[in-house]
Amino acid sequence: MKSPQEVNADPAYKQALTELLYQLADDDFVLAFRGSEWLGLAPHIEEDVAFSSINQDTMGHAAMYYQLLEDLGEGKADDLAHGRKAFERKNAILLEEVNGPGHYLKEPYYDWAFAVVRHYFYAQAKKVKIDSLKNSSYEPLAQAAVKINMELYYHLLHWKTWFTQLASAKGEAPERMKKAVVKVCQDFAGVLTLGPKADEIAGFHLIEDENQLKQRWVNEMEKVFSPSGLQLPEVEMVRGDGRNGIHTTDLDTALETLSEVYRQDPAASW
Amino acid sequence: MSMTLSYDRLSEEEKHRRFLDRIEKGEKIEADDWMPDDYRQTLIKLISMHGISEIMGALPEKEWVPKAPSLRRKLGIMAKVQDEMGHGQLLLRVAEDLMKPYGKTREEIMQDLFRGDLKFHNVFHMPAPTWGDAGLIGWLVDGAAIITQTNMLKASYGPYARALKRICAEEVFHAQHGEAIILALAEGTDAQRAMIQDAIDRWWESLLMFFGPATSTTTGTSKQDITIKYKIRTKTNEQLRQDFLDKYIPRVLSLGLTIPDETLRYDKTEEKWVYKQPDWSEFKNIVRNNGPKSKDRLNLRINAYENNAWVREALSPDEAVV
Repeated sequence: MKSPQEVNADPAYKQALTELLYQLADDDFVLAFRGSEWLGLAPHIEEDVAFSSINQDTMGHAAMYYQLLEDLGEGKADDLAHGRKAFERKNAILLEEVNGPGHYLKEPYYDWAFAVVRHYFYAQAKKVKIDSLKNSSYEPLAQAAVKINMELYYHLLHWKTWFTQLASAKGEAPERMKKAVVKVCQDFAGVLTLGPKADEIAGFHLIEDENQLKQRWVNEMEKVFSPSGLQLPEVEMVRGDGRNGIHTTDLDTALETLSEVYRQDPAASW
Repeated sequence: MSMTLSYDRLSEEEKHRRFLDRIEKGEKIEADDWMPDDYRQTLIKLISMHGISEIMGALPEKEWVPKAPSLRRKLGIMAKVQDEMGHGQLLLRVAEDLMKPYGKTREEIMQDLFRGDLKFHNVFHMPAPTWGDAGLIGWLVDGAAIITQTNMLKASYGPYARALKRICAEEVFHAQHGEAIILALAEGTDAQRAMIQDAIDRWWESLLMFFGPATSTTTGTSKQDITIKYKIRTKTNEQLRQDFLDKYIPRVLSLGLTIPDETLRYDKTEEKWVYKQPDWSEFKNIVRNNGPKSKDRLNLRINAYENNAWVREALSPDEAVV
């Protein structure tokens, strides 16, 4: 499929495509938001610069996906990003989770181990998906994947470096990393799943089958885990499938914050 | 090598005389060159304050990064604040090189900040309660920063002058980013226009204070005399403030906004703006970390520093970064 016009003539294809695009867009959007809460709080200034750059890229990727949805007639990209209710969102539950106790402006006791593990695992999963999306049957999405891939290379390198460094460091770091790995794995299946329309999404060759993608992700993770003696737990979806619109109150508060100004006047030009 | 040796044999007075000659000729002083102690100390104070102000300056905008009202604005403000952090990093590197002979590192800069010995810019002690403030910071605070930084682009200390060159180029984008937010609000609804007027009313006095007191008699201290003597800067605080007023008063008025100073007027014979002096005793109070947001923002930094202590420990002591 080359254009939105062709897609609009095929309702079943369109349904699968928009489902996938919402997952991709909402995942990047909410994680970039969580990342932006870290601003000024990273372990050192160099990391603050690098992390903000990654968040900015990720927000840019979300904007590209929302634009693809806008082109398909789903509404304006800004409204899709800021105006949808929590139950309409398709992001994985793990990505909406708070960075740690506290508020981003007041006494944030954010957990750097959780940040590193969540971002590293996510960047690797995103890499697997993006590689597959480069051959998507929807050409505008395949083109977006090529662009995203260039930036993603650095994100993955960045988080992998942090992960291996802290996992084998001295002091309390390895123990904190182990705990974070367990925590992230409990919900990571929610990132890897393509949700209730997984068969249609793969059937229309929008992206490969979710089991294949998951296996590729596990293989990549094993390359890092095995030599370090760390164990990769089985990934689960303990709190439910965000692709189904199931979410936690963390998403409600996130949406409240990120759309605070937008909601003052959604029709206004900002 | 032989040149270095012969230079080492010179008396302190002779070194000082040659140093002033070099500055007079417009030569740049580099990190490893001989320099008088008061020059080094003035630079350390100036550049570490500048660097830390860039970093603390990210905090008032931090609130608005996640809240920016559209995808485009989110991307814009994220890029902007990332640049500010980058400037902080660049400047702290310049300050670190100057501190080496004293055996000091970035750790000391951070500790000085936490103890309140190292000040940061008055504007970053102020609250930014609305999206209008986010726009105004980009437009007028960064606009003011461009004016003070351009004044030091020819600074006699080479590493600082080069860092400023890069910083100023990026600050121009920031001012455009801020101006774009303000223009969108100015052309928007009544509530949006009220948002900018409210922000101007809130920030006006802080913007005047930004350039510092006209003379040291106002607040008891001023670094402007020594920085001019050593050709680190060229214009006085008051000249810079007048440049700012020249540039921005017409722009503010052209948007149909007002300046909260009924006495403000341009004196044609003296060719300068006459304005109501801000409360300079309050300025002193603010930069001593008694401003409305000083404690909150410092605490945010201290809290993050302590909370990440285990990460610093994990990175080997030889490579420790703060």
